[in-house]
Amino acid sequence: MWWRSASFILDRQQHQNRTVAPSPESFLLSSPPPMADSPLNPKSNISAYYQTRAAHHAVVTSDWLAQAQAAVGRHSDDDGSLGDDKGATPIGGGGGGGGEEEGSGKAFSVIDEFNSWRKQPALAEAVAAIRALAAVIRTSEATTMMELEIELKKASDSLKSWDTTSISLTAGCDHFMLYVTRTSALEYEDFNSAKSRLIERAEKFGEISCKARRIIAMLSQDFIFDGCTILVHGFSRVVLEVLKTAAENKKHFRVLCTEGRPDRTGLRFSNELAKLDVPVKLLIDSAVAYTMDEVDVVHFGADGVVESGGIINMMGTFQIALVAHSMNKPVYVAAESYEFARHYPLDQKDMSPARRPIDFGVPIPSKVEVETSARDYTPPQYLTLLFTDLGVLTPSVISDELIQLYL
Amino acid sequence: MDPRRTARTVSDPKVRQVGFFTPAPTERSISDPPRFQDPIQPPSPSPTQVNDHSPSGNSLSPVMIPPAHHHSDNFLRTALQVTSPTKAFSYSAKTVTIPPENEDVASSFSPGRKVVSAKSPSSFPGVKASSVPASELTTVSVVNLPPGISEKAGGASVEVQNDRPVSAKTLKEKTNKAERRALQEAQRAAKAAAKAEGTKASSAASKVVTSANTKPSKAAKSSSQKNDGSQVAASEKKGGDRAPEKDRKKDAPHPRMQYDDKSRVEKAKKRAVVKQTEARNRVELFRHLPQYEHGTQLPDLETKFFELDPMHPAVYKVGLQYLSGDIHGGNARCIAMFQAFKEAIKDYSTPPEKTLIRDLTARISSYVSFLIECRPLSISMGNAIKFLKNRIAKLPLALSESEAKSTLMLDIDLFINEKIILSEKVIVKHAVTKIQDGDVLLTYGASSVVEMILLHAHELGKHFHVVVVDSRPKLEGQLLLRRLVRKGLSCTYTHVNAVSCIMQDVTRVFLGASSVLSNGTVYSRVGTACVAMVAHAFRVPVLVCCEAYKFHERVQLDSICFNELGNPDAISKVQGREEINYLDGLVNQENLQLLNLIYDATPSDYVSMIITDYGMIPPTSVPVIVREYRRDHLWS
Repeated sequence: MWWRSASFILDRQQHQNRTVAPSPESFLLSSPPPMADSPLNPKSNISAYYQTRAAHHAVVTSDWLAQAQAAVGRHSDDDGSLGDDKGATPIGGGGGGGGEEEGSGKAFSVIDEFNSWRKQPALAEAVAAIRALAAVIRTSEATTMMELEIELKKASDSLKSWDTTSISLTAGCDHFMLYVTRTSALEYEDFNSAKSRLIERAEKFGEISCKARRIIAMLSQDFIFDGCTILVHGFSRVVLEVLKTAAENKKHFRVLCTEGRPDRTGLRFSNELAKLDVPVKLLIDSAVAYTMDEVDVVHFGADGVVESGGIINMMGTFQIALVAHSMNKPVYVAAESYEFARHYPLDQKDMSPARRPIDFGVPIPSKVEVETSARDYTPPQYLTLLFTDLGVLTPSVISDELIQLYL
Repeated sequence: MDPRRTARTVSDPKVRQVGFFTPAPTERSISDPPRFQDPIQPPSPSPTQVNDHSPSGNSLSPVMIPPAHHHSDNFLRTALQVTSPTKAFSYSAKTVTIPPENEDVASSFSPGRKVVSAKSPSSFPGVKASSVPASELTTVSVVNLPPGISEKAGGASVEVQNDRPVSAKTLKEKTNKAERRALQEAQRAAKAAAKAEGTKASSAASKVVTSANTKPSKAAKSSSQKNDGSQVAASEKKGGDRAPEKDRKKDAPHPRMQYDDKSRVEKAKKRAVVKQTEARNRVELFRHLPQYEHGTQLPDLETKFFELDPMHPAVYKVGLQYLSGDIHGGNARCIAMFQAFKEAIKDYSTPPEKTLIRDLTARISSYVSFLIECRPLSISMGNAIKFLKNRIAKLPLALSESEAKSTLMLDIDLFINEKIILSEKVIVKHAVTKIQDGDVLLTYGASSVVEMILLHAHELGKHFHVVVVDSRPKLEGQLLLRRLVRKGLSCTYTHVNAVSCIMQDVTRVFLGASSVLSNGTVYSRVGTACVAMVAHAFRVPVLVCCEAYKFHERVQLDSICFNELGNPDAISKVQGREEINYLDGLVNQENLQLLNLIYDATPSDYVSMIITDYGMIPPTSVPVIVREYRRDHLWS
């Protein structure tokens, strides 16, 4: 399914880039192990996170494809010129790979692993990251716990720097690192059993992720009552699970879906709901205030839950939350606990920007600037409750949980 | 109004785990503290502390209501030890109206009273009769009344009588012949003193210690101790002698004493080392706070330097510096205090037949009460003292004295380095991430942490503009401004009056804090609340920078119930502007009340973020930090 998306172009491109990435200088020195040289995300002007999401939802228009291609093309041109500057060194992909293999004797890259995991639509990005890190443990040739820890740290750093825009990737890596380094029980075991224990735990995370979604769905059932109208925005797997469970429980409710421009996630969401025989209505994004008076509950997913208790989510979340707040409608957020991140944005611009191409259907003159940011920040005072696998929390508890976790 | 607060009750804190958890029990201990039943509830002090410390021993937690036995305790003690009610009472006008009722009260107790009562108020303010050393020792102090107060002295001396009866009664029961003679001599001496009118009258025969112009209860006590040698029998009958520092410790005024409670004020005053003259015309709402005439205590205290033998010179020095305002700012005061304590511990040697743990705690408490008399403690200092006392109490008994001392000194150094200096660095590291190129940062007053943040951001090559907002009378902002301008930052300087005009250009507000309370209220230099509210109205994020050791579990809703009053003259006069003299001659008017508040409380609604050594947290998470912090450092 994902093969239809634009990301395969990017993936291919990025594969090439990655293998080219180690510059000749670093090769000569060859002091840093391959994990440390953290190949930067080549498509730095496009958020990889949102691209993956779009790919999963498989709503890609031709225009989108073209723009993505253009973006990549532009980038590869840059790369080319850079390569020329370096003096056109003929390092092929094979050469780079070979170098890595010689470097530490393993042809393994976290990012490859991560990319292969994140292509599964059902798998959250954080879980993909954790699976990739688990693979690092598995393939590691470290002989002491400390060595393994350092290796993991490097791997998670390279993952994080690969896509700085993704909150849940960063949060997932951090959670995993804490989980690994904070186990005092490991100190008393010999290395091999400790390692296998770590792997075992890492394996569990995938299941926990699915379980978390189930827990959230169960918890949120009390908040969906018969005859209510729910407004959803964006495509959130958790919210879908919530609504699916509600439908299975024979609750009667109506869903209003926003269109979710530019990647039209709302269309896909409404498709999914229609399959469940839930009455669903599509709105254009600008019709939210118009329909808000018939809405009883607003449901969001979250790309990241930040320390203030606010959420970072797809563009448009903030304005819907504002409208809902001013009309006194409850705003509920469904998010897994591994999306809690130690970020504290003060305002909308206080985040690393996540860009994505936008399809307007008509050519836009070059003089016209386009706001391409893919997400916004909703402050905690506009949220009513968060449904997480830790329970139903108020926004202020998020920080308490994070402090407990990180201190 | 804030949904995150109203809704807070929805989820009760259950035992929860964060992140990826497996049912393994080993993980549990990491994420949840089992020791706490209730996250908000301050932990009860260990029983040993409750037992061996008198009210002032655990008085450092300002939330505590003094236990009931405090009063009776005090009364007993007043009967036993030196009663020294003399003091230049310069009470406010309200006090003057009281005498009639007081006279009644006093006269109802009068039968059999042996103590001289002040019949001629204008000339004779009071007598100190000591009963501990029994017989011959009597202290008479003649107080030079400041001009303008003498007509009120009548009221004052009646008040003296007011708390005399209890002690007089016990005196009557317990006096023997020798004591009665002593009292008579005291009467005679007092009359002589009254005639002499303020001259140093001393009656050599009865070893009367007369001190002019001062009320050295300390001195009286220490001299009484000296005399004790000859009256061992008498003092034994009274229950043995007490270590002077222990007396001091018990006598320390409660940090949150209500200064409108007259009887308690008097009791505190009797024992005070620092002679504080109370200012008149206090503002109605703030009568419960101590307000003193400034500038009178310093020369007074300096003269007593050699009389206060249990006070360590380093502590004395720091106290004087607090009093004169040479050391100000939460961190500076805390570090200075700890360094003085370190000196004192270095020179400390346990007296024979005493244990270091108890004696040193008492000693520290006496130092602290001296410092409180110089200037009310800041919350950060209270926390630091709590830490030190806890360390002393936790010392293993097996430790030798020198080991114990070096351990404590190491602890103090560690506290200063980790909790103050290092945490400042961590705060700077966090805060700098919130400064971007092109920002306009506003700060109010002079906070050491904010200064470090600005300088560090400048060093990192960030381009930003600083607005320093300042206010009278301290004008601390100028000091900050000077240091910033020297380093080449581009700055704007304005007074708080203009803050609403300049706020529209500001992108971030950085504020320091004296303390952060557990409901997220920021307790800081007066004016901070105003700046934060204006910033909130303009939707500018307000970042409060505060070290975690300044957090306190108290909850405060306004800035009235706990605050500090500064010198009212500072606001009535403008330095260097002689022509502004509209208030000349009006300051002592009864219908004029001057209020110079030092601190105010900013509600958490106006604070976007608190930057502390544990990272950047919303104000709602302060209780968590308080809890974690205490677990780390008070019970470790």
